[in-house]
Amino acid sequence: MSEKTNALKQEFLLSLADVKTQEELEEIRVKYLGKKGLVTELLKDMRSLTPEEKKTFGQEVNVLKEEVSEKIAAAREEIKQAEIERELALMPEFDVSMPADLRRGSYHPITLVQRQCEEIFKSMGFAVEDFREVVTDYECFEALNIPKDHPARDMQDTYYLDNGQLLKSHTSAAQNAIYKKYKDALVNEGKPIKAIFPGRCFRNEATDACHENTFFQMEGVMVDKNISISNLIFFMKTMLSEVFRKDIKVRLRPGFFPFVEPGFELDISCLICGGEGCASCKHSGWLELCPCGMIHPEVLRAGGIDPEEYTGFAFGLGLTRLAMMKYGVKDIRDLNSGSLKVLSQFTDDK
Amino acid sequence: MFLSMNWISEFVDLSGLDKLSLINKFSLSTAEVENEIFFKGSDLSGIVVAEIKSVEPHPESKKLHLLKVDAGEGKLVDVVCGAPNVRVGMKTAFAKVGARIGEIEISPRKLAGYLSCGMCCSEKELGLSDSNDGIMDITEDVKIGTDLKELYEIDDIIFEVDNKSLTNRPDLWGHYGIAREFAAISGRELRPLEVSDLKKYEGLPKLDLKIENPLCYRYSCLRFENISKHTSPMNMRIRLYYCGMRSLNLLADLTNYLMLEMGQPMHAFDSRKVDKIRVKCFDKPFKFETLDGVERDIDENTLMICNGDTPVAVAGIMGGLDSEIVEDTNSLTLESATFDAASIRKSTVRLGHRTDASQRYEKSLDPEMTVTAIARFVKLLLDIDGGACVTSSLTDESAFKYDDVELSFDKAFVDRYTGIEIENERIVKTLVALGFGVEADGDSFKVKVPSWRATKDVTIKADIIEEITRIYGYDNFAVNTAAVPLYPVRETQEKTDEDRIRDILVKRYSMHELHSYVWAYYDEYKELGIEIEPNVELVNATNPNIKTIRRSIVPTQLCQVKYNTAYAPDFGVFEIGRVINGLNSDGLCDERKKLAITLFAKTEEMEKLYLRLRDILATIADDIKHMPLTFEALSEKSSYKHPKNLNAIFCGGVKIGEIGIVNPQVSKKIDKKANIVFAEIDIGEFAKISNAGIKYEEPSKFPEIEIDLSFVSEKFAPIAKAIDEANCPLIKSVSVVDTYADENGKSITARIVFSHSEKTLTREEVMETVDGIIASLEKEGIMLKK
Repeated sequence: MSEKTNALKQEFLLSLADVKTQEELEEIRVKYLGKKGLVTELLKDMRSLTPEEKKTFGQEVNVLKEEVSEKIAAAREEIKQAEIERELALMPEFDVSMPADLRRGSYHPITLVQRQCEEIFKSMGFAVEDFREVVTDYECFEALNIPKDHPARDMQDTYYLDNGQLLKSHTSAAQNAIYKKYKDALVNEGKPIKAIFPGRCFRNEATDACHENTFFQMEGVMVDKNISISNLIFFMKTMLSEVFRKDIKVRLRPGFFPFVEPGFELDISCLICGGEGCASCKHSGWLELCPCGMIHPEVLRAGGIDPEEYTGFAFGLGLTRLAMMKYGVKDIRDLNSGSLKVLSQFTDDK
Repeated sequence: MFLSMNWISEFVDLSGLDKLSLINKFSLSTAEVENEIFFKGSDLSGIVVAEIKSVEPHPESKKLHLLKVDAGEGKLVDVVCGAPNVRVGMKTAFAKVGARIGEIEISPRKLAGYLSCGMCCSEKELGLSDSNDGIMDITEDVKIGTDLKELYEIDDIIFEVDNKSLTNRPDLWGHYGIAREFAAISGRELRPLEVSDLKKYEGLPKLDLKIENPLCYRYSCLRFENISKHTSPMNMRIRLYYCGMRSLNLLADLTNYLMLEMGQPMHAFDSRKVDKIRVKCFDKPFKFETLDGVERDIDENTLMICNGDTPVAVAGIMGGLDSEIVEDTNSLTLESATFDAASIRKSTVRLGHRTDASQRYEKSLDPEMTVTAIARFVKLLLDIDGGACVTSSLTDESAFKYDDVELSFDKAFVDRYTGIEIENERIVKTLVALGFGVEADGDSFKVKVPSWRATKDVTIKADIIEEITRIYGYDNFAVNTAAVPLYPVRETQEKTDEDRIRDILVKRYSMHELHSYVWAYYDEYKELGIEIEPNVELVNATNPNIKTIRRSIVPTQLCQVKYNTAYAPDFGVFEIGRVINGLNSDGLCDERKKLAITLFAKTEEMEKLYLRLRDILATIADDIKHMPLTFEALSEKSSYKHPKNLNAIFCGGVKIGEIGIVNPQVSKKIDKKANIVFAEIDIGEFAKISNAGIKYEEPSKFPEIEIDLSFVSEKFAPIAKAIDEANCPLIKSVSVVDTYADENGKSITARIVFSHSEKTLTREEVMETVDGIIASLEKEGIMLKK
């Protein structure tokens, strides 16, 4: 390579080493490769050369030109990369350890527990029914085989209204209406009655941490030609195992309720100790949870269903109690207090 | 009710069986047993019968004595004793050195300077009664040194049955009935009660008795004279004490003992005070002193036992002070009766006084039991006091008899009800053990219900199922799902709407669901200056704050908002609950399910807050019904609603609720700096609106034309109306892109988007419509802003 060419190349390489920006690079490109660039200028010296020398020199300049082009392209890529790096480096690191702003609302715990129970029974083909809070004496007592002299009808237990109606003291008050609603489909089309009816109930009593005058229950009934005690135990066990998301042991004891015969008190194995015995279950290993039984023939009859042909079971689950057990709420009054310190904690729970 | 295993075992031989497991079975088959079981006597040992051989006064104490005691160990023991009743020759209960009484172990120790090697014990110290008058005075002819537990039934297992679980079982209010259950559970034989034969007194004169009111179902009585014993035998007193009753005197103890044994309350009158028994009510209220010394108001509905016209006892509840058995009573008229259960219960409520007797009568006792109980009483009394004699024949009147109950059923009925297989033999065996008469013919059964179960408890076939299954044991049931045909189940519109509203409010708007009570909160309303709207009222609430049922959830929600002002500067709450909207034409309550929402904001200005609530409601309607909302100003005077911006909400032409601002008078009492808005929607009305559904439209492939028009107008409504009335199919959407207010008034910039599905529109094609809109608005005085 001629001295001149080599000198130019060295000069080019030197200037390239200092380049930082695309603009500077473009200046260099114009300086060396532009129409009047230094590489093109070299060819002007060829006039004094022999054809043989011209050929050699021409090749030499072309090689240099290519080399310069490549170096510039490479430098351009490098600068681009550096710019990207710089941009990336500019982004600060954010503090993900800061507390999250959840913007969350909350459901009432009763809603959560009620929905869980509804889902379980809906998945087994039960209808979810709704019923009034104000009912008649007939609905609350008479249709349920609760005779006139039964203590449950005493003034101190039930809230009576000045028009003669009353605030329902149990969800069973809806039973008669449910039977009447579905009896034709049962008798004419052979569709079994399967329904649950969650609702708010009222008892005229003083309130404290364990007692409320306003609380929720969920009643369930199933009526068909061959519904048995064995079925009742199955459905109760299944529901409770689903609600508590673990295998729940249940046991039945005789219990007296005028609207069922036989009637039972259903106990579940203690959720805290699993049946070993602890303070929560008063060392018995069992928790009394839910009255249930085979629907009393008179109750079916009042609903227009022939008890000689059909049998059924009914249960009344204390939703308020269930919610308290499930979430560890200690004071029942918190549920109706409207306190957001309490209630805002109950986000979704599917 | 406390029950003694010893007492039960008197009627059924349970030897060789694990008592605790039997009690557990009883709890699962019959009635709930409380968790704590008492092992009486287990903390006593080394107590023997000893004789006091000498008594010397203690030189330094007036109360103490120095005794020499023979405990049957060959030499006399020195004992220092403080009991007032010590005397030479007395046999007493003696705790030897090494004996245990509860936590205490007896050891020799000095008392006021003298060594005492053992302790003479009172009944109370040994836990046998509450008598602490002195040390035990043992009168039985028994060898010195005999262990006290051999002499008396001290070791016993006592368990408690929850009275509530016996409500429907009048037969279980005494040990004999309980023993019948244990017999059925264990498969052992129930022994008959030992009674005296009352026939031998038939020749004696009858007592003067008349039931004048049929609320007394049966009254049986008998007279005794020449009663000389006044103290009950120790074993009887121990049983009474273990079962929670105080020992008084022989006659009172015997009536109590019979009540605990058979469940039959009895009353012992001093015969000197009662010779003409009448059972009746009085025409007028009066005062009567019962044997507890309390003067009680008796009204005309309370059944009384009288001597002629003088009341001597409140029937089934408590005797009178005047005719009570006293120390020198040696003749007695024994009452064994049954009364109408409801009448007794109502009387106890009126008197505010419930007794062991009345709580049994409330359960509908078996009238057949009255005579058996007398026969048992005679047997027990004569065994104890051989000198006592019966001086009347059994006098027994009935005013009411229960019908015999006979039930027929077959095996298929049992199978269908239980869902499992229970053998015929087992059915028969169970029912017989419980006292039912059973005739079995193949798979058919005819059952006669025993009188003690027939007063109300067992009346229908389903009751028999309970008898069979509870003894069979529910733990032994095979558990099976039901085989039933399947059909789809659709939820009601109201239920789905309600659930979706909750989800929208919680998930999209971060609101909190509350529950409040269904009545107006008197105190809280007053504090906030909210007037209670007249409505149906509770007639019997015990809490004076609870009376009027609410017509709206909003006021109760405002009370709850006040309680939460410190929770956050801004928050929203809602409730889906019930209200009563007065009465329907049929006199029944017009009950409504409502959604109430309150937004509380310290950082958001009122207009924004109000419109945000409107947007929430519009979102609900759009999401669930695909329908827009419209509003109409309301003029209503209310203690908590701001008169301005109170709007009725319509959806599909139906009024579904209202939206408003909380009256500043109320709002300032909740929080001085907060803006508070509310809305209430009738869920029932909302549910009736049908879902307009999603209406899909293919998007145009051609460009749209946007026209922005600014009008000087206070409200958007007339602009929207004019655009709507232009009725131009090319208008795809209308929105407000700007509002501006200055001294010249408010201007609103509406953006109208035009498009055509098949071609590119030109400006000229839409200008006709636009000009029409401008012209129609100008006619109403709404000018285009230049």
